Amino acid sequence: MAAVQDSAVVVGGGAQARPVAQGRWASIWAKHGAGYMFLLPWLIGFFGLTLGPAVASLYLSFTSFDLIRAPEWVGTANYVRIATADPKFAAAMQVTFLYVVLSVPFKLTFALLVAILLDRGVRGLTVYRAIFYLPSLLGGSVAIAVLWRQLFAGDGLINSLLAQFGIEGPSWISHPNYSIWTLVVLSVWQFGSPMIIFLAGLRQIPTDMYEAASLDGASKFRQFYKITLPLLTPVIFFNAVVQTIDAFKAFTPAFIISGGTGGPINSTLFYTLYLYQEAFGNFRMGYASALAWILVLIIALFTAFSFLTSRYWVHYDD
Amino acid sequence: MTDATMSSVTAPSSAPLGRRGPLGSVLVHAGLIAASIAMLYPLLWMLSASVRPEDEIFASTSLWPSSIDFASYLRGWFGLDVSFGRFFWNSLVVSVLTVIGNVVACSLAAYAFARLRFAGRNFWFAIMLGTLMIPYHVTLIPQYVLFLNLGWVNTFLPLVVPKFLASDAFFIFLMVQFFRGIPRELDEAAMMDGCSAWRIYWKIMLPLSLPVLATAAIFSFIWTWDDFFGPLIYLNDMNTYTIQLGLRTFVDSSSTSDWGGLFAMSTLSLVPVFFFFLFFQRLLIEGIATTGMKR
Repeated sequence: MAAVQDSAVVVGGGAQARPVAQGRWASIWAKHGAGYMFLLPWLIGFFGLTLGPAVASLYLSFTSFDLIRAPEWVGTANYVRIATADPKFAAAMQVTFLYVVLSVPFKLTFALLVAILLDRGVRGLTVYRAIFYLPSLLGGSVAIAVLWRQLFAGDGLINSLLAQFGIEGPSWISHPNYSIWTLVVLSVWQFGSPMIIFLAGLRQIPTDMYEAASLDGASKFRQFYKITLPLLTPVIFFNAVVQTIDAFKAFTPAFIISGGTGGPINSTLFYTLYLYQEAFGNFRMGYASALAWILVLIIALFTAFSFLTSRYWVHYDD
Repeated sequence: MTDATMSSVTAPSSAPLGRRGPLGSVLVHAGLIAASIAMLYPLLWMLSASVRPEDEIFASTSLWPSSIDFASYLRGWFGLDVSFGRFFWNSLVVSVLTVIGNVVACSLAAYAFARLRFAGRNFWFAIMLGTLMIPYHVTLIPQYVLFLNLGWVNTFLPLVVPKFLASDAFFIFLMVQFFRGIPRELDEAAMMDGCSAWRIYWKIMLPLSLPVLATAAIFSFIWTWDDFFGPLIYLNDMNTYTIQLGLRTFVDSSSTSDWGGLFAMSTLSLVPVFFFFLFFQRLLIEGIATTGMKR
């Protein structure tokens, strides 16, 4: 930095000094300039679209702001209201945590089970893997959410199937006790991508470990419990963290299935859906900013907690 | 999938743990086939519902329509005030521009991080990794205010311009990993010959990085094509709707009356993603296996 200022002075200093100064500029430029030129788009994006807005949203979270009038400072009022006097926030937290707690373990268990089946030299592995992966790829789209809405409707496909066994199913999506389950099933249906990551992890486990274990007479169950599972814990940990953070941020399926309301009776009011409603439905931008920061805090706490506890159960080689 | 990858998967692991009798093998396949059918059933059912005569859609749980009838496609296509052709076109424009933006901007930044030496490189790299952790909700509202004041609402600019500023930092990370694997001798030799950083980037790094650029391009396309939240916030004029917004409007306006048309358009909206799945499966699966992408 000092060097830059010096040469700036010298440049202003007179004609004789110029060659030296240019030399300095040139050498600084040659050393660092190219790097910053290549980085320029990202730097502009970082300051203009990430850092700036993040600071602004922290400020907005302490204001009342409706997009029309200037933000009005309200201190911690937004946070106080969220913590003490907002039943919809409480509902959204409850729904989101329920969704995370239900969808992530089911999804990962399924992914791991199928990965283990596929890992053991199954013929046609690539076909199965492709079929299981397809829902992960398509699942985020509105089309699938639309399909889900029909599948679990009162007169939908699931109930038609159940009717063939003489079971009369409820209207899953419009019953507050069941609606969350339709979203959990949708999430579990997309177990393909964690499955692929599990498969990659299973491939890393040396086969001679199993050979040694089976020579010692260890049963398959024991081999799984004593070899596969411990050696796979880093991958399980990774998948669990990624899927949990993703589940906290889920939006589209709940929006489409509930028609944007989060109903019935807030039973599908995902946190992000509530944030969207506050910001773009009610134009309470300050309040929504506070909600956003609370989401960040929750995700950060969860991540920190995972990493802290991971040393008690995640097994690393070295 | 190539045979090479497949055998590398199957051969070593068919050792002791994998040894099972013919009965076990049959059971495993039975289970996997049953699971496959259960996974695909909703998709196939939607496909068949889209070509069924309207009155048959809810009457049947079978996958075979009694007769094939594309009337739903025509009805769906013109089912809203603006035709679905418009929505598809809009989605295509946004997705293609996003792909270009991501590939160009992220590869520029990745090249700087992977190869160039400059003061503060490690600092910025750490910052870049940090931005991967931040949920977009934090920047959402100020960004909206910014774009609103720029008069960009109801245009594609808020969806596209950030990509030209490398806002999808994940792809930077992906490309840095790949660039680091390219032998340094190549660009050092070029530098000795007086090649500029720009020429090395353009003539050496990019041509050698086609696999990672393709992976980034495909994932960019699929994620943008499927994106619902961004368009929902920034596009309010039906003429600017992407396919995902068009479908949502269709559900809200006619869910009880025209399921056939809705399923037809839903099926069509999945076609591009399915196309990438068919032809670039290997890249997609490798991308997930090596970097842990979420979908």
